Amino acid sequence: MSSSHSAVLVIQGGRVIDPANGVDGVRSVVVRDGRIAEVSERVETPRDARVLDARGRWVTPGFVDLHVHLREPGHEYKETVETGSRSAAAGGFTSVCAMPNTVPANDNASVTELMLARAAGAGLARVYPLGCITRGRKGEELAEYGELKAAGCVAVTDDGSPVASAAVMRRALEYARAFGLPVAVHEEDLLLVGKGVMNEGATATRLGLNGNPAQAEEVMVVRDVALAELTGGRLHICHLSAAGSVRAVREAKRRGLPVTAEASPHHLTLTEEDVAASDYDTDMKMNPPLRSAADVRAVQEGLADGTIDAIATDHAPHAVEDKKVEFDAAANGIIGLETAFPVVAELCRRGVISEKRLVEALTSGPCRCFGLPGGTLSVGAPADVAVVDPNAEWVVDPERLHSRSRNTPWKGRRLRGRVTHTVLGGRVVHEWSPR
Amino acid sequence: MIGRHRHLLSLEAYSREDILQILDLAVTMKEVLSRPVKKVPSLRGKSVVNLFFETSTRTRSSFEIAAKILSADALNWTASGSSVSKGETLLDTARNLEAMRPDVLVVRHAAGGAPSFLARHVACSVVSAGDGAHEHPTQGLLDTFTLREKLGTLEGKIVAIVGDISHSRVARSDLHAMTKLGARVRFCGPPTMIPKGAEALGATVHHELREAVNGADAVIMLRIQHERIGDPLIPNTREYSKFWGLNVRKTNEWLKPDAVILHPGPINRGVELSSDVADGPHSLILDQVQNGVAVRMAVLYLLCGGSGESARAKEGLTP
Amino acid sequence: MNAEAVERTVRRMALEILERAKTAGLLAGLSFIGIRRGGVHLAERLRAEIGKATRPLPPMGTLDIALYRDDLAQRGVAPVVGPTDIPFSLEGRTIVLADDVLYTGRTVRAALDEIVDFGRPRQVWLAVLVDRGGRELPIAADFVGARLAVPENEDVEVRWREAGASEDGVVVRARRMP
Repeated sequence: MSSSHSAVLVIQGGRVIDPANGVDGVRSVVVRDGRIAEVSERVETPRDARVLDARGRWVTPGFVDLHVHLREPGHEYKETVETGSRSAAAGGFTSVCAMPNTVPANDNASVTELMLARAAGAGLARVYPLGCITRGRKGEELAEYGELKAAGCVAVTDDGSPVASAAVMRRALEYARAFGLPVAVHEEDLLLVGKGVMNEGATATRLGLNGNPAQAEEVMVVRDVALAELTGGRLHICHLSAAGSVRAVREAKRRGLPVTAEASPHHLTLTEEDVAASDYDTDMKMNPPLRSAADVRAVQEGLADGTIDAIATDHAPHAVEDKKVEFDAAANGIIGLETAFPVVAELCRRGVISEKRLVEALTSGPCRCFGLPGGTLSVGAPADVAVVDPNAEWVVDPERLHSRSRNTPWKGRRLRGRVTHTVLGGRVVHEWSPR
Repeated sequence: MIGRHRHLLSLEAYSREDILQILDLAVTMKEVLSRPVKKVPSLRGKSVVNLFFETSTRTRSSFEIAAKILSADALNWTASGSSVSKGETLLDTARNLEAMRPDVLVVRHAAGGAPSFLARHVACSVVSAGDGAHEHPTQGLLDTFTLREKLGTLEGKIVAIVGDISHSRVARSDLHAMTKLGARVRFCGPPTMIPKGAEALGATVHHELREAVNGADAVIMLRIQHERIGDPLIPNTREYSKFWGLNVRKTNEWLKPDAVILHPGPINRGVELSSDVADGPHSLILDQVQNGVAVRMAVLYLLCGGSGESARAKEGLTP
Repeated sequence: MNAEAVERTVRRMALEILERAKTAGLLAGLSFIGIRRGGVHLAERLRAEIGKATRPLPPMGTLDIALYRDDLAQRGVAPVVGPTDIPFSLEGRTIVLADDVLYTGRTVRAALDEIVDFGRPRQVWLAVLVDRGGRELPIAADFVGARLAVPENEDVEVRWREAGASEDGVVVRARRMP
């Protein structure tokens, strides 16, 4: 009705779920000059305001994804900051953290600045880059955390690779403390993993594929929790997949250690059986792999009881030539920004987590892990909002996703729940309505 | 089986009836091998292409002979020693060969699921000649055929498979086929060589050879790969042979007098089997080789004898 | 044809075969090969009849022609293959090749191809219980039980006690639709 340039936006009559402020009820949200002006049951709507009818929908803070591979610089054929941002907006994400396994790796300010410039140019999502733990992600020398932070990095990670040396990991945790940077870790013991391409177990045996045991992740989580204790550094565990890892993080938190953790929608819902049922579909191949039903249950419980702070998609675009090969040779990873909400909303429907917990894990939880702004609908905060229809059904058509890549295991599946509007700093950057 | 399957990718996907049909046909095919003129015109004009990404003279030759006896044309394509790091080579190679309109692609590859992946992208039939540690269906069939020929039936028989089960596609194929025909399969080897979920597949697990072969009607010995750098499953072959190898003394003392011994080959003489056991009275190893040709003839005949596309469509089968 | 007629016919054919073999001096090398499955029963009966008049009993073999069919490319599914068993050498022998019904001639052509792959007989004589005409190849039987003109849309079925029928017989019926 009104132009997108109107200074006032009113999101009317939706169920506002804002766990950070303890709000869960029907409210209207007034956005003025790009910030949240008011959240109340009855609001005055200025005549020139743009009104979004959110009745029957959820209105939440814009989602925050701690783990996204935007592939730029270096692998723009898979994704760019722009196409990734568009995909994020379509999934209700207003903030994404960009992984540094680009080419060249983000271990210096110029790569960080490039990512931020691209993000600003696209204007579709806030991009918070992560810098590398070690130079070139080689696991040997520390990157320049001071410079990286100054350029805009919010944490450091060598994601894609573990830091194999405990000595180097120890120094990373200590040095990062000087800059208040969390160290986010991709946990796998490479020697234990060997040539493993899927979870080790009866299913891998049946399929004749080399196995990657859950303990390969657990041993590193246990190691790094111990190092966090030694150093007092802030540790964040990426993409938890194993029951043993969840146990280790739970114990670490119980003892008051500064450890946070994330889990992906696929590790919360898919198992090794899905790999088997797919006849070696490479869109079921990622690292860490899909694990046993018992592991998935443990990850779900970890999310429910707060052991796991955030849901992070680990959105990992790959082009057809990287995936349309035999399983052993396929690249690891799946895209996930646009399917995240409906996939994890299923957990609410199944009674695994409450709706409040779901929203928390997508908003305030992630922000707390890396100290990011946002994740709330507090008055005065930038208006990053997601409007979601929790019941809208749609079939995933990879060709119509906004990502440049198509590697999703949910292709052809009917999902329930879809973002209808994404608001970034008061601007509507994404809209969708059921046909 | 007739018409139901377009490919032979795994024995897990084949029913007991499918397997029996192949074995029964293999009996007739074996008779053809005993004729003065070892040729029948059944697959005349059809072509079988061997696409082998892992070297193997014996299996490849066996398929080649089987095709030729049936009057089909046989072509061999072998990847050179260089590793195939990206499957574009696999798919592109298959597509290039497909341009020559083969009726059957026989594929051996180091990656589990590779023949299955190819089958999705080519129009002809695909027969797996072994994919990673997944399956080696024709080996499973010929082992089963050999045992059935000698023992009469597999119902209620005990078969012990000894060796590196975790890396053995032969063990898996044997297990699937033999249990479907009513046998009880035992896996035996050091714990490092028994994969997770072995019991879930239907085998009982033993770590002691003596126990595993006690009362067994058949013992299948698998080849041990000497070196796995960075992932040592055994200290050395000397110790393996001492505890899990078969020699004449153990054969005479531990095996039933009429028990038979199989090995998919090639044999590490002195490691899994001593020479005198390999060449001894219990051994059916040479029968296996001959049966291999008969079984492969049966498979090729069933998959491409009668693949007139319009006729298949008329009979309601996938073209 | 009823059971009695079948028996009479077989006996008459056997006598004809015996006569011809004796005249040509080929009795010593006489042998029978029945084309599976109907021809096998005919071959056995002819052999048994001839065996009443001469010793030793001529050798007998069975032949399955599935692997030699000329219509594999037209079919959607591979035809079922039965066993072939020829336990004697063909060299210098006179083979009586037997089938129950002679129609297009393709089965006999396939059988001849297969026989030739086993060896080189001196002669092959074709014996059929029923010749129903309709030849598609230049094949003729040397010994015929009965000639029946049967329309294209009808089948000739020979029933044999040995195959489980209650009694022997030759029946003509409408072709069953597949």
